[in-house]
Amino acid sequence: MTISVVIDGRPLEVEEGTSILDAAAQANIHIPTLCYLPEVQAIGACRVCLVEIEGNRTLQAACVSPVAKGQVIYTNTDRVRKARRFSVEMLLSNHPFECLSCAKNLHCDLQTLAYDLGIREIRFTGEKSGGRIDESSPSIRRDQNKCILCRRCVTVCQEIQSVTALYMQGRGFETRVEPAFDRDINDVACTNCGQCSVVCPVGAITEKEYIDEVWAALSDPTKFVVIQDAPAVRAALGEEFGYPPGTLVTGKMLAAARRLGFDRVFDTNFAADLTILEEGTELLTRVKKGGTLPMITSCSPGWIKFIEHFYPELLDHLSTCKSPHMMLGALTKTYFAKKSGVDPKDMVVVSVMPCTAKKFECNRPEMFDSGYKDVDYVLTTREFAKMIKQAGIDFQSLPDGKYDDPMGEYTGAATIFGATGGVMEAALRTAYEVATGKVLENVEFTAVRGLEGIKEATIPVEGIGDVRVAVSHGLGNARKLLDKIKTGEANYHFIEVMACPGGCVGGGGQPIPVNNDIRGLRAQALYGEDCALTYRKSHENPSIKRIYEEFLGQPLGEKSHHLLHTHYTPRSKF
Amino acid sequence: MSQEKQCQCAEVQEEELYPRLEEVITEHRGKGQDLIMVLHKAQNLFGYLPRKAQEMVAEGLNVSLNEVYGVITFYNFFSTVPQGRNSVKVCLGTACYVRGSQEVLDKAQKELGIKVGGTTEDRRYSLDVVRCIGACGLAPAMLVNEDVYGRVKSPHLPDILAKYE
Repeated sequence: MTISVVIDGRPLEVEEGTSILDAAAQANIHIPTLCYLPEVQAIGACRVCLVEIEGNRTLQAACVSPVAKGQVIYTNTDRVRKARRFSVEMLLSNHPFECLSCAKNLHCDLQTLAYDLGIREIRFTGEKSGGRIDESSPSIRRDQNKCILCRRCVTVCQEIQSVTALYMQGRGFETRVEPAFDRDINDVACTNCGQCSVVCPVGAITEKEYIDEVWAALSDPTKFVVIQDAPAVRAALGEEFGYPPGTLVTGKMLAAARRLGFDRVFDTNFAADLTILEEGTELLTRVKKGGTLPMITSCSPGWIKFIEHFYPELLDHLSTCKSPHMMLGALTKTYFAKKSGVDPKDMVVVSVMPCTAKKFECNRPEMFDSGYKDVDYVLTTREFAKMIKQAGIDFQSLPDGKYDDPMGEYTGAATIFGATGGVMEAALRTAYEVATGKVLENVEFTAVRGLEGIKEATIPVEGIGDVRVAVSHGLGNARKLLDKIKTGEANYHFIEVMACPGGCVGGGGQPIPVNNDIRGLRAQALYGEDCALTYRKSHENPSIKRIYEEFLGQPLGEKSHHLLHTHYTPRSKF
Repeated sequence: MSQEKQCQCAEVQEEELYPRLEEVITEHRGKGQDLIMVLHKAQNLFGYLPRKAQEMVAEGLNVSLNEVYGVITFYNFFSTVPQGRNSVKVCLGTACYVRGSQEVLDKAQKELGIKVGGTTEDRRYSLDVVRCIGACGLAPAMLVNEDVYGRVKSPHLPDILAKYE
């Protein structure tokens, strides 16, 4: 049912139950917000979205106030402007003002608000609640001095990820966002997914930067520096350079990497194809020989850490495959080192990832199978964009570049790894053909696409029967599936789990802001690239065929086992 | 020596209480919404909320330990340090405050060698502040256990405290 309201003198018909914030947006009236997070949090805590309603004594927070019939609302009166400004001034009174050296400088919601509201002096000064800097995690950096207590990180960690690594501690002036007993974030059950860093409106939670380390490697003439880019990066990097969400910038991304001075530009997509060969074979082996089912994907290191902490008893369900960029790292320092004659000890492998969890992953003790650190540094999409800007590269005018052989060629199956359901679809394309020996005509498994939290499908495969699969994204949804496995309700063969909402396109290291529209557009960009590629099934990739002939032998063979597979570590849920 | 003996004794007693906490938790298993009630019962058992008890509650109610600690640190009622045998509470309500209870509190902290919210090493005293105990006519007022003391001046404190073993 729709009701009539008047906002700023404009009559409007809106659905009953709509918040004033959304109703105003429908009339193209922008109400500033700070603690509000679309699809996740509306709590009216920051008092920035205040509006005046005729007949109401006090101003109301637009994000939590539903419209009422016949309401007359003003979003831009003197009183409203003063109240909003006052709210922000109060937040500023407790802020450290380190804007010039802050990682979020020019990308800070508080800074933008102060500018938009025309704050020209700091009227209130006094004691600052302060807090500590927690640099314990290899993935994220927390600076509590900058925290404005908006609770976005807590809500995303609890409601979306079902992890609750952080919570509001204490009360009043002593309120802070910390784990229990104010322990370091690296010492508690944090998955390193980085969703907190995506939603933090200020510089209180950011990714741990490794930009300077990578610059140092690039300027060291004795180092041979190799870069690889994950599939989701090409679907989002453009946003940092003014392109609309959903613009695919593969060519420019590869060209930028070369301009930055990397000696080889490989593609994580190549290793995604390799993952399908290994994981698909592993699945078929488990189905035929009665191994642990359902088998669950292992590409998402945030997800791996989640199951290690919260469901260690289910670790046998995980595929033993390393995540694609770790496979590529191990192969760079073995296969490519042998082929090129470069000593692996002089090599530095840099992964550009949509992910903060991969920063943790590359430091795991299991990830030294080449005899060296398989991947030296992980940069997020955001950090990679910063490097391009620091180098003075005009991204928009870059001519399209290409990846390097022998580990750059990829199929459409690999590029969709970046979206939820993509790994599943890629695996089905190959598993079907390997299991039946027949050609799969329609390669698009649309049932596993899209942003629904948990997707299920049943695929009849000749010789095996019905293959039941499930796909989840966001760790809260993964938890639901794991609980079903524990109770025996889940009779799937194969499950794909990605830690972040939307999959890697919505990863913790991706450009900010993000919402479901943007996640969908980024995924669409990857499905578009898939359609446009010559090969759309991983096992058809000529470079993959070559690496098995020249080096690996066969999927799950001895070399694969050593370089491409791993094991997991049970951890405490506290 | 006698102090050490006392501590061990307290620890032994504490160990014996965990099975009883387990019984309480069993009644509320998996019910995160009962968190405050269960913490309340746990604190009644132990006199405070030891870390192990917090972990058991988190596990049993299926709530993150980080959230459990957040609730504990939010409410003044909950304590994460053991309580002394005698609870000393200085009123900082308006009437008491204007008649000098801050001075009484400062003296109490100095005399006991602990801060507000703390417990002496021998577990003889815990010190807290309260906001009005309804004895404004006697301001500044303080409580030791159930006993109310009115018109307290800081020099009175040692004598008052000495009455409680």
